[in-house]
Amino acid sequence: MSPRAACRLTTLGFTHVHDYVGGKVDWLARNLPVHGTNADTPTIGQYLSDEVITAHPDEPVTDVRARVAASRHGFALVTDTNGILLGRLRGTTLSDADPARPVGEVMEGGPSTLRPHEPAAAIKARLTDKGLSYAVVTDPDGRLMGTVEPADL
Amino acid sequence: MAPIDYPQLRRLLDHGVQLVEVLPAGEYAEMHLPDAINIPLKTLDAATTAALDRHRPVVVYCWDGL
Repeated sequence: MSPRAACRLTTLGFTHVHDYVGGKVDWLARNLPVHGTNADTPTIGQYLSDEVITAHPDEPVTDVRARVAASRHGFALVTDTNGILLGRLRGTTLSDADPARPVGEVMEGGPSTLRPHEPAAAIKARLTDKGLSYAVVTDPDGRLMGTVEPADL
Repeated sequence: MAPIDYPQLRRLLDHGVQLVEVLPAGEYAEMHLPDAINIPLKTLDAATTAALDRHRPVVVYCWDGL
């Protein structure tokens, strides 16, 4: 729809017309503020926790294992230098893998993620139904934003 | 007409771009980007755009660019 609107404006004499191709959904998925009658609907983006343990793919398992053990979490998330989510290290992986291996070689690649504009109530119900204790949230570029837990929603 | 992504939009917003949501009025009323005005695509003409400055940048958006 917006490409047609941009063309229409050009035909009406507008000289600098841009089409934000990501649109409203891209904006929402970046956890940015909106106005309107539904703007106050609770979303998971309002309950994000950034306490999750993160690791770079070239770190040895032993280092990440120690950080996870010292935290309240039983897992870690692997990101690149730009914060893009690459994978997940479950507790069993951290305890069973060769401590000297880089975590990038033992991680579970491409974990499922949610966007922050998902409604909190629906996500709480979904996580509870599936017996999941947390969900990973990323922005449209794949950048890790944090995690949410059903008890917090 | 130039397609832009979020970082480009951010820069334009920082310079006071004119932002137009072209979705129907009901969708705009429910949720829209801050400072956006609403001119639904079906109503886009010389009269409805008269309040806009034709020589300043304008960004249009819909739900997902399709």
